[in-house]
Amino acid sequence: MIDSQVLERHGLKRDEYDRIVQFLGREPNLTELGIFSVMWSEHCSYKSSRVHLKTLPTQGPQVLQGPGENAGAVDIGEGLAAVFKIESHNHPSFIEPYQGAATGVGGIIRDIFTMGARPIALLNSLRFGALDAPGTTRLLEGVVSGIAGYGNSIGIPTVGGEIAFEPSYAGNPLVNVFCLGIAKASDIIKGVASGAGNSVYYVGAKTGRDGIHGATMASAEFDEKSAEKRPAVQVGDPFMEKLLLEACLEVMQIDALVGIQDMGAAGLTCSTTEMGSRGGAGVEIDVALVPQRETGMTPYEIMLSESQERMLLVVKRGREADVEKIFDKWDLHAVHIGEVTTDGMLRVKEHGSVVAEIPNRALTDEAPVYRRPMAEPEYLREVQQLDLHQLEGARAFQASDQRDVVLALLGSPTIASKKWIYRQYDHMVRTNTINLPGHGAGVVRIKGSDRALAMSVDGNGRYCHLDPYRGAMLAVAEAARNVACSGARPLAATNCLNFGNPERPPIMWQFAKAVEGIGAACRALDVPITGGNVSLYNETDGKAIYPTPIIGVVGLLELADRVVSRRFREAGDTIVLLGTGRGELGGSEYLKVVHDLVGGMPPALDLEAERALQTLLVTLANERLIRSSHDCSDGGLAVAVAECCFDTGGMGAEFAIDGVDVARDTRLNVAAALYGESASRAVVSVVPDRVTAVLQRAAAANVPAQVIGQTGGTRLRVAVGGTSVIDLTVDEAERVWSSAIDRHFAKRVA
Amino acid sequence: MTFGIVVFPGSNCDEDAFHAAKEVFGQDAEYLWHKDTDLKGSDVVILPGGFAHGDYLRTGAMARFSPIMGAVRAFAERGGPVLGICNGFQILLESGLLPGAMLRNKGLQYRCEHVYLRVERTDTPFTSATTAGTVLRIPIGHGEGNYFAPADMLQTIETNRQVVLRYTDPQGRIDDDWNPNGSVNAIAGLCNEARNVVGMMPHPERACEPLLGGVDGRAIFESIVAWGGSAESLALHPVGARAEGARAF
Repeated sequence: MIDSQVLERHGLKRDEYDRIVQFLGREPNLTELGIFSVMWSEHCSYKSSRVHLKTLPTQGPQVLQGPGENAGAVDIGEGLAAVFKIESHNHPSFIEPYQGAATGVGGIIRDIFTMGARPIALLNSLRFGALDAPGTTRLLEGVVSGIAGYGNSIGIPTVGGEIAFEPSYAGNPLVNVFCLGIAKASDIIKGVASGAGNSVYYVGAKTGRDGIHGATMASAEFDEKSAEKRPAVQVGDPFMEKLLLEACLEVMQIDALVGIQDMGAAGLTCSTTEMGSRGGAGVEIDVALVPQRETGMTPYEIMLSESQERMLLVVKRGREADVEKIFDKWDLHAVHIGEVTTDGMLRVKEHGSVVAEIPNRALTDEAPVYRRPMAEPEYLREVQQLDLHQLEGARAFQASDQRDVVLALLGSPTIASKKWIYRQYDHMVRTNTINLPGHGAGVVRIKGSDRALAMSVDGNGRYCHLDPYRGAMLAVAEAARNVACSGARPLAATNCLNFGNPERPPIMWQFAKAVEGIGAACRALDVPITGGNVSLYNETDGKAIYPTPIIGVVGLLELADRVVSRRFREAGDTIVLLGTGRGELGGSEYLKVVHDLVGGMPPALDLEAERALQTLLVTLANERLIRSSHDCSDGGLAVAVAECCFDTGGMGAEFAIDGVDVARDTRLNVAAALYGESASRAVVSVVPDRVTAVLQRAAAANVPAQVIGQTGGTRLRVAVGGTSVIDLTVDEAERVWSSAIDRHFAKRVA
Repeated sequence: MTFGIVVFPGSNCDEDAFHAAKEVFGQDAEYLWHKDTDLKGSDVVILPGGFAHGDYLRTGAMARFSPIMGAVRAFAERGGPVLGICNGFQILLESGLLPGAMLRNKGLQYRCEHVYLRVERTDTPFTSATTAGTVLRIPIGHGEGNYFAPADMLQTIETNRQVVLRYTDPQGRIDDDWNPNGSVNAIAGLCNEARNVVGMMPHPERACEPLLGGVDGRAIFESIVAWGGSAESLALHPVGARAEGARAF
């Protein structure tokens, strides 16, 4: 009955099956096999990644909840906690972009309110193929409207995010969504089941056949009973989730719950097992009591369904009526489906007879763990070589060409304004957003407090492709730097690790190196990882995406009104560059856009210098010494200063940089000075009479700082080594920057 | 005065309106659950933004049947001031408390951004503290804000001077490029013939505090608060009735 074909359809290896038989002391039935297959899947068990993830720093005095729960939590003072996590929904979004992205948003929101926190902000990090490549438009439109459709309806603002376009993602886009909520630190609730005899409740949408793995559905036994085969992508219902959100938060106020968990991946199976395992207890349910959307569903289907907007609750004995009453108010019906037991078993019944019986431990703690073989990829040495001298002959630029170059960079979809995207997201609902999307990190004030939280998600797959260790460190540094630029002190991080097939040694090597890099940077910058998600097998036709760790960092502004945005504020302010440009062109947007080249080493990162810069940025904002602050990254200094001019009503700026000596040809030196992406830099604008104070603070913090120019006028004017190389109106530059993505879609409609 | 803020399942700007009334303007505020029929002594009723009942059918189409709407209608018929913001405006249209209907935005996308509005009428409780021609910068956030009325209805609306706010450019000129959703006659806000029921797509509660990047929405709240102390307001709540109510000024 369970032959090698059945095992293959369940993604189980023969030796894994042998372990199952050993645990049970008998052959599993098909329902049990299904339960094992999802709990031991990469997605639920982290079997390939776990040994590496264990090396990440997860501790710190600020950490209230580290990895292992539905989301992480940090102390933000005044008895409050910020609860946050990032998660991927890459595969579903590729198959059905609208629903894939929408249900990704729904899933991460549930993870947050499950902890007892009121979700107050969303971010997303997206990766697509080239904007003009076939298919990108459909995917981008679908994903953006899916995120908008869910987030706008439920009323949680999408306050920021980032997006990049690279051919490597054409066959495998990335959709990573981040959510942050606020809870009283003392009210955080966990996903535990304990206390024998306590009731297990099911609440939310009915269970259907959606989300059951297509391959599993094809097994012979189910063909007869499954009248229809639903696609593996679920459909989201933000209204149902809004009701669940409000009702659950209300129920949590009456101290009637032992634990609560959402049914995400692996649905009822994962929630019952994990809650029991965390509480050292068993859970017994009867699937016949589970509300069902379709008739004739088998226990197998009910246990494996990934229908959305469902929650599992363990209610204290005697409080059942109180809980039911609140759900009734919201027109939701909490259904009693089972009990907590003492025997540590997951026991599934159907109309009273046992259909599956497995020790929780076997499904969670005892799940397989692999130390997969690793090998340095062969392509690395080749792509890391970058001989700038080769470029000189191929495409030499005159000084006057810099105008075209800077416009090309500003119009590159990865750099260009993302307004076409974020204006489709309600980014102001809840009236907390004090730094709008596109102006730097997302910042939300906390009502009833003077405080605010800043958050940013960042990652650069191109850097990681060239050097996963350094690229991952740079992702942590950039996310934390963006938070610091807004004036907030970075507190902690969450990560979403998007990689290819871990069974291939070069991919596993990339993964291990990236995790090492994240660990090193998080330790140095004191932003422990409080949770996250791993997404592997991001491949199409055997071709993996760029290794893409996305890092979300959360920071605290003790005084919300000290928030700083990227935009220049007043004419006549002094522009100060913090940090040092070393003319590093490796992996840059410049090489990509102008020379169609992805190569070299990503910028070097001195973690001590990075930390000093971030501390300084927070000090300067807090003492009100700066009027604007912007991270210097994609496109280098020239693009950073141009961006400071945008959305200001056309305010100009002029600045000068000394030549940077990286190549024999001075024309490339100019490019390196303007567009090099050296890390640990920020552009700040300062009222002239405070410049001395700023330079003093920088010197005290050991951060190189130099006055490079001033704001004012209507033109962007740049000189390198004493020669004027860029001189154009801000209006013209801004038109290119703000219309690049808009125009792409306008063309399509016309 | 007491602001009554209706909460439909799926409302999501109810807390924002409550915060503005209570914390920013120092007024009393009460949530009014949609299944209730008691306005809890409200002097003004706000139907907030959101997606009442999910708005899967048609915006506001389900909400009009919520029990609280009977009480809101009676309150409006007595002359009580009612403000529908965004989804609240859509619900007022579906309820027939205001004329016309909403279509999907031109461009078919949800739009969240600041827009410019010209105040057309100051003879409503929600614009009484402004002057005609004032240009306000207030955010919108909607997918169905493309106001439509058939020609004869539109004619009546204009003749009765029921258009309270229009989308304009920053200088107060009507211009299609500055009409974010394609609304006919650039209509952003509308009142009934009696002028006590006002609907508007933009969100004034999102523009009441400097930290949020603009304070032009204050004009709407300041108007109604000023109206609360006026003779019209006293006429609505005679002294005896006021004493019976749960709340007084």
